[in-house]
Amino acid sequence: MSSTTDLIEAALRIGDDALVAGQRLAQWSARAPELEEDIALSNIALDQVGVARLLLTYAGEVEGAGRDEDAFAYRREPADFRNCLLVEQPNGDFGVTMAKLLFVSVYQHLLYQRLMDSADERLADVAAKARKESAYHEDHATQWTLRLGDGTAESHRRMQDAVTAIWPYTDELFARDDVSDRLAAAGVVPDPDSLRGPWSETVGDVLAVATLARPSVPAAPGGGRAGRHSAHLSTMLSEMQSLHRAHPGATW
Amino acid sequence: MTDLWEVFVRPRRGLAHTHVGSVHAPDAAMALRNARDVYTRRQEGVSIWVVPAHTITASSPDEKDAFFDPAADKIYRHPTFYPVPDDAEHL
Repeated sequence: MSSTTDLIEAALRIGDDALVAGQRLAQWSARAPELEEDIALSNIALDQVGVARLLLTYAGEVEGAGRDEDAFAYRREPADFRNCLLVEQPNGDFGVTMAKLLFVSVYQHLLYQRLMDSADERLADVAAKARKESAYHEDHATQWTLRLGDGTAESHRRMQDAVTAIWPYTDELFARDDVSDRLAAAGVVPDPDSLRGPWSETVGDVLAVATLARPSVPAAPGGGRAGRHSAHLSTMLSEMQSLHRAHPGATW
Repeated sequence: MTDLWEVFVRPRRGLAHTHVGSVHAPDAAMALRNARDVYTRRQEGVSIWVVPAHTITASSPDEKDAFFDPAADKIYRHPTFYPVPDDAEHL
């Protein structure tokens, strides 16, 4: 088994991806193009937050310092977050949101499938629950990508712009570092790089059917796993954490 | 672009699909997914049908009297109208 520190890091990397993705999607609540889509995006947001709760709680238990899920979600600074930069990107238009959802959900679906075999039982349990949810997220994003990509000239143009704009951030999903190498060697979390091939194939198939071009743009610098985030995360967290910071321990 | 779809949910195996409401969607596949999100969030069903609303032929409220009133005084259409002989078993 890897060290305690690595296990906390693993829970935070996967959990923070879910938390930030969930918060971003929740920003569509009451603003989506249609009531049906509003509910769909809120459902997905809640799925993500649900997974985040389990993982942040687990991180707190492993740490053993008395921090609960709220302490991790509401009392950390941006530099303490371990999410990838992709999920913190602004929602943009609906096409950008769907491009982000497609890329993240295909990644999460593959990750959870592999994580079900984790040497860590708790991570395996969370993955078993999250896998089915992420399959639906992937389907939802796929359906919209197909319809917008292979839709009208305007929807095609905007979906292509969205895919091209978000594409550079996908490289970070598969980036390795010392922590991920140790976690992979211990069988706790799959090597991120091993998901790159299957991800590329699945996303490539969707783009092809959607008549969208696979972007050939350079990867954006990563750093999210090490706490180096864009200003977008600070802005998002300042809103997300404002209630808890104003009224510590508030419940409802 | 966006059509109206009527949604029918079967709450359990063995029961019939019941009309629960409608959703907007551009096509059948999306209608099914929207129905899943709007009407089965709390485990309400095990099966969903979506039907284009325009394909449903409905009786007209104006014809309500002609359609339904004639049945009102025909009590012999109810099984309870008929006396059951005391020695008829298995009824």
